[in-house]
Amino acid sequence: MSVEVPFYFAAAIAIIASLRVVTGSNAIHALLYLVVSLLAVAVCFYFIGAPFAAGLEVIVYAGAILVLFVFAVMMFDLQGEDEAKHFGRAGNEGWFSAWFGPSVLALLLLVELVYIIVVSDSEQLLASNVIEAKQVGILLYGPYLLAVEIASFLLLAGLVAGYHFAKPDVQGGRP
Amino acid sequence: MMADLMPVDFINTQTLFKLIEIAVILGLLIPIAAMLVWVERRMIGIWQDRHGPNRVGPGGILQSLADLLKILGKDEFTPKFADRFTFIAAPIIAAVTVLMSFAVIPFSDTIGVSNLNIGVLFFLAMTSLAVYGVVLAGWASKNKYALLGSMRAAAQTISYEVFMGLSLMGVVLLTGSFNLRDIVLAQQDGWFISTQIIGFIVFLIAGIAESHRLPFDLPEAETELTAGFHTEYSGLKFALFFLGEYLGVTLISAMSVTLFFGGYLAPSFLPANIANMIPALVWFIGKVFILIMFFILLRTSLPRPRFDQLLAFGWKVMLPLALFNLLLTAVLRLTGVISGAGDINHG
Repeated sequence: MSVEVPFYFAAAIAIIASLRVVTGSNAIHALLYLVVSLLAVAVCFYFIGAPFAAGLEVIVYAGAILVLFVFAVMMFDLQGEDEAKHFGRAGNEGWFSAWFGPSVLALLLLVELVYIIVVSDSEQLLASNVIEAKQVGILLYGPYLLAVEIASFLLLAGLVAGYHFAKPDVQGGRP
Repeated sequence: MMADLMPVDFINTQTLFKLIEIAVILGLLIPIAAMLVWVERRMIGIWQDRHGPNRVGPGGILQSLADLLKILGKDEFTPKFADRFTFIAAPIIAAVTVLMSFAVIPFSDTIGVSNLNIGVLFFLAMTSLAVYGVVLAGWASKNKYALLGSMRAAAQTISYEVFMGLSLMGVVLLTGSFNLRDIVLAQQDGWFISTQIIGFIVFLIAGIAESHRLPFDLPEAETELTAGFHTEYSGLKFALFFLGEYLGVTLISAMSVTLFFGGYLAPSFLPANIANMIPALVWFIGKVFILIMFFILLRTSLPRPRFDQLLAFGWKVMLPLALFNLLLTAVLRLTGVISGAGDINHG
């Protein structure tokens, strides 16, 4: 009982937030819902006994990748023609749905996080199989070694492509 | 609603005690952060051969209270052109994420909010979420200086987060655990600063960058960007940003102490009977205070680099250093030159 209720609670938040990501037409609102959705998924991971995955989910996705997304959208939006729409000033009712939704969902997650901290001290919540970081590491470099290598090749390709695009153009013919 | 969900666990004496503990820690941390403002101004004054604020109360100790009253008396102003809701939410995010990080710090052998077994990761996660406060503040202000400030903040925080995480991994390697309490207990025979000096230096520099303190306060560089991301802020909302910054300094100091300076443990060279006379909490607070003083001294003595210099320094110096430290620690640990707590199962 003590694991299932908060798990489904977080899962429901994740589903609602994810639906709002794909149904909304505004990029920034969608991004904020995506942040909330990722945080909710992290809480889900924690409750099914994968605290390591939960930590990485927040650090890598919510903390780094989506900050870059928000960053990019933030920069481009200021120059856009439909600035009023994006900032929710069109009919002045936009800001409510735009900012209120994510913050309510995030607030619920915060309540759940406090619940984890207060009630858990881990033992009674996660009595069943907790996957520690060590097991993850052993699995990654054991049975799943091929997958890790493929992923790293993909990242290398991305890195090379990024370098290529960011390279300044050399004026006048070939470098 | 919460009571329906957890009728069994939620209300019992243990939980109640935990809630009270959280309230007490919060109730002490916030005034301490406020006092730091006065301590900093006074210490900078002394180091620069002037008095600093010394008029309010004995030695000026009530200066923070006077500042608080003044700030409360200010008009709670939100610019017409700002995005109202985000404008209010951003300082709250900035303060709450820092406060949440304190949940995993062991203040003494019995005091500490949570004993999460992913404590180090929790700390990293909360510091990486803190950047949203700054980014959203700059964006909601719709002011070009604020936007430039928050752009710098995002780039700086994401970059320095990488090295901060890597610099901690040496300690994690030696302990074999992400649990901060285990990390403290692993330092009973010798603090990790003795073997992780590179890790400590990288962590400290990254920590200064994360909390936007003076050598690295480019997001709010007043000579170029008026006040950076909080240009449009005033009154209580500005106070929250200010509070977040000083809480951030306290947090980085507390984390350094926990990870590299033995947390609440007394130095191992002291005889046990002398070390036991001083309670663990006092050791912890004393060490944190020394580190905070160091932060303040850095602020008074170092100039601010240019923004591209800051990022280049990060990626070209700090990243190789952190990786080198990690590799060296791993090699020494595997060959048995450094012994760590926790066992290594070969195979």
